[in-house]
Amino acid sequence: MISDITSVRQNIQDTTAEEVTTSFFDTIKSSKINGWITLAQDSAIAKARKIDTEGHSGPLAGIPIAIKDNISTKGMATTCGSKILSGYIPPYDAHVIEKLRAAGAIILGKVNMDEFAMGTSTETSYYGTTKNPWDLSRVPGGSSGGSAAVVAADEAPISLGSDTGGSVRCPASFCGVVGLKPTYGAVSRYGLIAYASSLDQIGPMGHTVADCAEIMDVIGDHDPKDSTCIGKQTDVSYRSALVDDVEGMKIGVPSEYFGEGVDADVEKSVWDAIHKLESLGATYNEVTMPHTDYALAAYYVIATSEASSNLARFDGMRYGLRPEGDTNIVDTYSRIRSDGFGEEVKRRIILGTYALSAGYHDKYYIKALKVRTLIKQDFENALKDNDVLIAPTMPQSAFKIGEKIDDPLTLYMADVNTVPVNLAGVPSISVPCGFTNGLPIGLQIIGKHFDETTIIQAAHTFEQNTDYHTKSLSSEVA
Amino acid sequence: MITDEEVEHIASLARIKIDDAEKKSYAEKLNSVLDYFAKLDEIDTDVAPTYHVFGHTNVLRGDAVVPSLPQVEILKNAPVTKDDYIKAPRIV
Repeated sequence: MISDITSVRQNIQDTTAEEVTTSFFDTIKSSKINGWITLAQDSAIAKARKIDTEGHSGPLAGIPIAIKDNISTKGMATTCGSKILSGYIPPYDAHVIEKLRAAGAIILGKVNMDEFAMGTSTETSYYGTTKNPWDLSRVPGGSSGGSAAVVAADEAPISLGSDTGGSVRCPASFCGVVGLKPTYGAVSRYGLIAYASSLDQIGPMGHTVADCAEIMDVIGDHDPKDSTCIGKQTDVSYRSALVDDVEGMKIGVPSEYFGEGVDADVEKSVWDAIHKLESLGATYNEVTMPHTDYALAAYYVIATSEASSNLARFDGMRYGLRPEGDTNIVDTYSRIRSDGFGEEVKRRIILGTYALSAGYHDKYYIKALKVRTLIKQDFENALKDNDVLIAPTMPQSAFKIGEKIDDPLTLYMADVNTVPVNLAGVPSISVPCGFTNGLPIGLQIIGKHFDETTIIQAAHTFEQNTDYHTKSLSSEVA
Repeated sequence: MITDEEVEHIASLARIKIDDAEKKSYAEKLNSVLDYFAKLDEIDTDVAPTYHVFGHTNVLRGDAVVPSLPQVEILKNAPVTKDDYIKAPRIV
């Protein structure tokens, strides 16, 4: 019995919101996965109690949720998985948090992540690695590793993550849960502590496609406080896309996302899924996206450049760590940033500073932005005659903790299937589609800009006609 | 390729202190990534750069005063304050 919104809602009706919230905290107490950075037991129980006594008509009333620790929560510590924000308590809620609170959701606490969202394994967190619940010697993926792992471990029914180069979809794939990266601009970034502003998006995670759609209906509106946020572009709810039907749906299969570098079991699972959808009335055809091979380099140039600018604000003056002693301002900044940032963050800031520096700006940054145009065109062309594209989310299942962390480039290569989607700004949902040696495999369904409806429908149909979403740690696994 | 001196220069631009022992290790790891970035030179890019995926430009609002975050709340996170100000090391 999976702990999704429907079953939690039933439990609340059968018992109380307070009992349900308390039982999640009990589960967390015996956790082996190090998924949480901050637990908010007092405020969560208080809110649950209030909902029990006064009632609440919101769509997520009483539903507990875990929040990635780069999303600002008023009065609750927010660390971005970094030492440099130690002690920082945001004085405001992110837009998505305001919406969740108004909907009656209960924030259990903040979950672990790669430091400043830079990573694919949650190994760069100042608060230690989170372990994959399916195999404690393996990574949960990243950077929203905590968000995925706590849902897989039933420590929270739903969570929010953020996705800049795959950071919702990767851990969803490695942990066997559903994760959606919305179209760039569909969800407000106000209050999301920025990594790469032209790529970041907050995304929902849960056991089912329906749960992600429900969360999107709460958080996905136009927010004037984020000038890049346009919100939903239709009047229909995301939940209305939960239709079990792919008759006539045209699936594009990009050949560059398969083949060399992709695990054989992963490929087989994804092709089985495509054939499953075909048996349900969809058709598929192979497409080519010729610039895919350049996406990873373009992504890392753009993301590190934007990060070097975004992380310049962490200087020890207004929040977080403050260095001892009082030397000149430059030394002060340099010492606090050296002490407060981890290795990977420093590396990316230096890469980005280099890529933007005089003499290299055109060669790296502008060049990468032009490659971005070509990648965006690849998606537009592939989706011209297709409704969705289907590809593996990650080229492999969860790797071992420590396996890739010593060589940055090897770790970056794991993002090869996810980053092109962020460069193009299109939406993508990762759903479980199989297992290999007991470890989850995920496929991603990619859609046109602002066409979450179609990818949700395809994902929901696949899910309802298979049983991967019912597999949990307590049940048998193939 | 980035030299140890360039690493030092870039790090100072980024206001990150790197000591001599670390410089070499940074240069090595950075160089392997920069080698990979050179891939971008392989293709012809006779297109405009994409700064924003949907070509959004300045989004303005009317010049109306709305409440902001209260100053006292903001100052709670500042490690060192004096009166209504955040205290910082000497700049000039």
